[in-house]
Amino acid sequence: MQVPAPFEYQRVSTVTEAVTLLDRLGDTARLVAGGHSLIPMMKLRLTNFEYLIDINELHDELGYIRSEPGPDGAPGRIRIGAMTRHRELLESDELAAAFPIFRDAERVIADPVVRNRGTLGGSLCQSDPSEDLSAVCTTLDASCVIQGLDGQRVVSMDEFHQGPYETAVGDAEILTEVRFPVRPRGSSAYEKVERRAGDWAVVSAGAGVWLDESGLVEDARVGLAAVGPNTAGIPGIADALRGQRPTEELYARAGDIAAESCSPVTDRRGSAEYKRHLARELTVRVLRRAVARATGQEV
Amino acid sequence: MQVTMTVNGEEVTREIEGRLLLVHFLRDHLQLTGTHWGCDTSNCGTCVVRLDGEPVKSCTVLAAMAGGHEVRTVEGLEQNGELDPVQRGFIECHGLQCGFCTPGMMMTARALLDSDPDPSDEEIREAISGQICRCTGYATIVRSIRWAAAEEAGTRTTAPDTEAPAAEQPAGEEPVATTTGSAS
Repeated sequence: MQVPAPFEYQRVSTVTEAVTLLDRLGDTARLVAGGHSLIPMMKLRLTNFEYLIDINELHDELGYIRSEPGPDGAPGRIRIGAMTRHRELLESDELAAAFPIFRDAERVIADPVVRNRGTLGGSLCQSDPSEDLSAVCTTLDASCVIQGLDGQRVVSMDEFHQGPYETAVGDAEILTEVRFPVRPRGSSAYEKVERRAGDWAVVSAGAGVWLDESGLVEDARVGLAAVGPNTAGIPGIADALRGQRPTEELYARAGDIAAESCSPVTDRRGSAEYKRHLARELTVRVLRRAVARATGQEV
Repeated sequence: MQVTMTVNGEEVTREIEGRLLLVHFLRDHLQLTGTHWGCDTSNCGTCVVRLDGEPVKSCTVLAAMAGGHEVRTVEGLEQNGELDPVQRGFIECHGLQCGFCTPGMMMTARALLDSDPDPSDEEIREAISGQICRCTGYATIVRSIRWAAAEEAGTRTTAPDTEAPAAEQPAGEEPVATTTGSAS
């Protein structure tokens, strides 16, 4: 039987209550949202805390997907509350219209029952290098809003991820929101190779592509999961694609950069060589699909 | 700590440890052993119960987290001595062999039909994709859920185990939803 070591269960119903309690309890406490990463880790005794603070009641406050227009009707941004559950991300038509990568990814994250519980904030804070939403957020150049007692700060995904299972969120802080800039003439896509339905990725890749008015690549971002200690983006791909006409040759070049830039390890999910092959092939596929979507050839 | 929740419509209060998992609370504290305890790693889905209407894996939810909420287990499917159409579907279409995965499969099926009274085979397969039948009886499980859907829509006209009820639905007739509860 797998059970966590003893801890004291606490429940909070507002963000202020959460940070106040965290401030008092320090690193002996941990927040639990959906719990589908943290509770299994506690059951395996990989981690334990004296206090577990249940923030599921914050869903009322932090469960949302809000679209904000920019000044003068220009594209603005989408703000997603940290307690928004996978199922809500999957089912949001508004989100799928702005960023189809979310629906692509959510379809293959865990399974429908787990998606009823797991949250965006919990996924990011778990900071597992194989976790899909981190790759999605990296691809979309998201920023994370972190709330403490003295106010909030906003960090980029690169700053947020400090290493496997480590984030920029301090002991007395909570991730409250993730923000995504919306830019014109762009689209996105995600692909994952897994051994069986609902599994962790062997390798996943996300791409976001934005075109200029003449159809050249204005910006492109690729985020990979499960090929190294971090779900980092690959800046070299953006550099290689900017200003170019999107073609199969260009996607192939980006795939080569992805394969060279990642650092997969051989494990039960596959050899490093196979994962490198996947990084190349999936990068090509997601760039191709993102461009097809951006130019209206595919939904 | 003390926890109070509603289980199958009845309010229950128990003294528990914070680390107690919902599956063990149901089985060991309430003796509701219909909810099975399988892989312990949120993979197999035999422990699925409904928490405020939504199917969840009760091996990965703390009992304390369910405090103040509504839980429904497989024992709550039967109403007034009448088996739920999902339960009858599993009987009619041989939806179980060893029966170990059955409680979780039926709870997910009930939630699916409450939100979508006429799911396609593909939608049924997607809904149960987080659950494992080690007898590999998936085809009959899908058929059982379809049987229940047809039964509730009043469109089941032939014996089970033959053809898809969807194909038997008379043209132009809309299936009638007769669902209870909600999957929010």
